[in-house]
Amino acid sequence: MITGEQKPIDEIREMIAPYKRILALGCGSCVAECASGGEKETAMLASLLRMAAKIKGEDVIIEEQTIDRQCVKEFVIQLDETIGRYDAVLSLGCGAGVQAVSAMFPEIPVIPALNTEFLGETKDQGIWVESCLGCGDCMLYHFGGICPLARCSKQILNGPCGGSIDGKCEVNPDIECAWQLIIDRLSKFGNLDRIENIYPPKDWSKKQGGGPRKIVREDQQK
Amino acid sequence: MKNISRLKDVLERGEFAVTGECGPPKGADPEIILEKAELLRGNVDALNVTDNQTAIVRMSSMVACGLLKTAGLDPVLQMVVRDRNRIALQSDILGASALGIRNVLCLSGDHQIFGNQPEALGVFDLDSIQFVQTVKTMRDEGTILGGDVLNKPPEVFIGAAANPFADPMDFRVIRLAKKIKAGADFIQTQCIYNLERFESWMAMARERGLTEKTFILGGVTPIKSAGMAKYMKNKVPGMDVPDEIIKRMEGVPKDKQREEGIRICVETIQRLKEIPGVKGVHIMAIEWEEAVGEIAERAGLLPRPVFNGK
Ligand code: SF4
Ligand code: SF4
Repeated sequence: MITGEQKPIDEIREMIAPYKRILALGCGSCVAECASGGEKETAMLASLLRMAAKIKGEDVIIEEQTIDRQCVKEFVIQLDETIGRYDAVLSLGCGAGVQAVSAMFPEIPVIPALNTEFLGETKDQGIWVESCLGCGDCMLYHFGGICPLARCSKQILNGPCGGSIDGKCEVNPDIECAWQLIIDRLSKFGNLDRIENIYPPKDWSKKQGGGPRKIVREDQQK
Repeated sequence: MKNISRLKDVLERGEFAVTGECGPPKGADPEIILEKAELLRGNVDALNVTDNQTAIVRMSSMVACGLLKTAGLDPVLQMVVRDRNRIALQSDILGASALGIRNVLCLSGDHQIFGNQPEALGVFDLDSIQFVQTVKTMRDEGTILGGDVLNKPPEVFIGAAANPFADPMDFRVIRLAKKIKAGADFIQTQCIYNLERFESWMAMARERGLTEKTFILGGVTPIKSAGMAKYMKNKVPGMDVPDEIIKRMEGVPKDKQREEGIRICVETIQRLKEIPGVKGVHIMAIEWEEAVGEIAERAGLLPRPVFNGK
């Protein structure tokens, strides 16, 4: 999933200050899973903003709505009927959601309420960790299913560096050393030989070679 | 005048090599690095110049090496992959060779979070092993990554670092083997205080025949005080300072601790000389360069052999 966290309330208030009728727009997918932009969080943020406005005596209307996915046209279109009532959208979607909504409704400003962070997993209740960089050429097979790009602090493909101590990363003892995990996993399955050879430099053109990436699937087009 | 690496010359002649280290200044004054280097002249065969060490902005390592070269010293250009992508790294290797710099040490570098630019983007386009391999291919095949041919290959003696004290222990020697396979002509190790662990790492390296394929220089750093020993033990990633060392430092009065630090360092070098496969010593006395001469003298490393290269 794509994870995110809500921006500080003061920053949000500053960004929405010029507007009088605001739609706080939640997203029911990734950001709901990471408890930052789902229905519940959207309701909470909207009421917090209403309260703050009331205390300051500001005359604004803040309403809320949550759609299933902000990053998919078919869902965004549901806003067609209501959006005319507002002069700004405060989106609790990820960065892609914010941009998809503004692409669909170019006449209205869409303001981000979240800081979008990483592709990750829910590790435990209230804990999310980064696990993929979206590099465009997955190498997990070679590294025992542990991503050295997302999980090694120095993105080393021939690790571990000299700072790996007791399975922890030199950058922060709270971080598990990805390379300790890689070695443990590979030895468990008797595949340590996969990292005896030098892994060549990463082909980053798969990630940023041609500018912003695009997937075109003719078989999926109507 | 043939422009070759003095370090390479000494090692290939089978002499026990000595390298030192100095850090470029936090400013644009060329005199500072030249003064530090003068303290090392005659006491070492070559001297490493650190590359924005601990991710703190300093004068460019390459420029500092150029200054030392002009002063008639043999610099070892340290290059970290933290700050440059493969275009800049390869370009700088060519530039270094053009300046007459004949040794390069390819490193990962300390993470940017530890320095004075924690908001910097860490590049890490190549890792240190891929970097070693890239430089070797440039030198030996005359080609860069992707295969384009150079009109003149760089002439550099290629070094890499090794930390025998990091984990996982068994994998440390595999990684050393990878660095050698990538093309490391010489290896400088992390500071050695735990001689037992170092000896068992060396034994594993010998078993794999690695000591025949590269020149290993053991790293040492004189400790100034008991406080410094504790700091290194607890705060410096990948550093192994056994309790005996700390006790020894604490066991002498404060004004005698520097002398004790030098004594430990000299004893370590004497033991390193006895370990089969150790071909030299790398004395890292950052901000204590004046200690290097005394250490080298007391460890029986002086005078340094006369250079045949010019
Ligand atoms: S190798 Fe690439 S695609 Fe695979 S997990 Fe890592 S970043 Fe993601
Ligand atoms: S300690 Fe491990 S995770 Fe951290 S930078 Fe080194 S190899 Fe990567």
